[in-house]
Amino acid sequence: MPEAAVAPIADASGVLRVRDLVVSYGAVAALRGVSLHVGRGEVVALLGANGAGKSTMLRTISGLMLPKSGEIRFLGQRIDGIPPARIVRLGLAHSPEGRRLFGSLTVAENLRLGASTRSDRSGIEADRERLYALFPVLKERARQQAATLSGGEQQMVALARALVARPKLLLLDEPSLGIAPIIMQQIFASLAELKSSGVTMLLVEQNMSMALDIADRAYVLRTGEVSLEGDARELKTNYEEVAAAYLGARR
Amino acid sequence: MNMGLYIAQQVINAVSLGSLYALVAIGLSMVFGILRMTNFAHGDMMMVGAFAALVLGAAGLPFWLAALGGIVIAAIAGIVVERVAYRPVRGSPDVTLLLTSLGVTYILENLGILIFTSSPRNFPIPDLMNSSIQFMDGQITFTAINVVTVVLTAVSLAALGWFVTRTDAGLGTRATAEDLGAARLVGLDVNRLIVTAFAIASAFAGLAGVLWAAQAGIVEPDMGFTPLLKAFVAAIIGGFGSIAGALVGGYVLGALEVLIVAFLPSEVSPYRDAIVFAFLITFLLFRPNGLLNRTQEVKL
Repeated sequence: MPEAAVAPIADASGVLRVRDLVVSYGAVAALRGVSLHVGRGEVVALLGANGAGKSTMLRTISGLMLPKSGEIRFLGQRIDGIPPARIVRLGLAHSPEGRRLFGSLTVAENLRLGASTRSDRSGIEADRERLYALFPVLKERARQQAATLSGGEQQMVALARALVARPKLLLLDEPSLGIAPIIMQQIFASLAELKSSGVTMLLVEQNMSMALDIADRAYVLRTGEVSLEGDARELKTNYEEVAAAYLGARR
Repeated sequence: MNMGLYIAQQVINAVSLGSLYALVAIGLSMVFGILRMTNFAHGDMMMVGAFAALVLGAAGLPFWLAALGGIVIAAIAGIVVERVAYRPVRGSPDVTLLLTSLGVTYILENLGILIFTSSPRNFPIPDLMNSSIQFMDGQITFTAINVVTVVLTAVSLAALGWFVTRTDAGLGTRATAEDLGAARLVGLDVNRLIVTAFAIASAFAGLAGVLWAAQAGIVEPDMGFTPLLKAFVAAIIGGFGSIAGALVGGYVLGALEVLIVAFLPSEVSPYRDAIVFAFLITFLLFRPNGLLNRTQEVKL
């Protein structure tokens, strides 16, 4: 069989393709038929007000929540209904809202657990060193308990813990949450660096302007539906439209 | 007898008793740490371990092998209970978990009564373990089983310490205890880690059961109840859910009990448990999270 027959499949469907996803908490619908896709090497921002369904989206993709209907394809394979540990093994890492570090464990131990789906010792070692180069403060803090770090440092650990799995897609939930503005810029600079090294990301972020700076495309969610989608640069020049998509147009 | 020797004697008693409490409390805390479940059936793993050792010994195995067999069988029993009774109700409301574990307790104890009757049985141990060791011309005396208890506890604790700080599975167990949702997100096989925790907890209880039976000289189906209660106290003093806390709590409780019996008037001794619980209540008023408290995190 010619090689070309195999290769384009992944590109055609992108890294992630979500179709008509419906998720609810009991009787309350959190997502009402959301479709989105993320291509290889792309950074896609998922914007929207509190409670719009952004985190629910990420949690459903990574298998923590089960959708009512719709489908999620990761690298062409259906992953809705698969347990999270297996989804991680397929190459999807999720850095959750609020960081969720193992606070009583050291920074190094957190990273070690982040790599628990991998078995290539030397590869893990090399990746860890690369991450320490990206976030030098983590190397200094390697033997410190994660809970003793500052918010910004903890966010770096959360990022590193997800990245050390060497994911084919990184789900990133609110990396700026509760972090000083100057550290936030530093973290977004690291994200830009990661992007240029080819890391594919789906980014949930409250800070619209920073998210649109780094993203290629963006979706705006409002009460569980996509109210706007488009090229990040275009959206950035059209704040009014985005704001309307956030809050709902007033007539 | 002079005071210094008397104190030395009591310290030995306290360490020996505290070791047993610590062994049981650690398992209780491990399981609670991961599942937020109070496992009442934990004490019954002592009974399983002791009876299994008794049967294996009666079948002709040398004592040490029979004891080891008892520990292994207790671990297997723990794994089976988790798989059959606890896993199906995992994530249910606390009350459901509590009642399930109470149900398991009743089933195991009645199973014990069915097989072995409710009357106590002799638990034979080698003469060597019953021999007394004397220091200072007999002024400090303890039986060899006390030494065995302390040494085996120390070895098991060292092994556990190595496991939870040096191995992937051990770190994973701690991570799962801290944040089960995050553990799943980094790809840890949470089910396997929970089984591991149950196996270790039950093996520790099995060891405690064999040692308890060896010290008491008897085994009976409800032998796990009193130690379980004490282990609760120990685990709570230390900070429920923390392994190190359970260890500290076990020795604090052992010391407290020995202190009450050794230094208060003998008329007070029968009220030992009442005093211990009064102490616990007072203590919790000041340190509701125990000595080595961990902050409770919100779970996914």
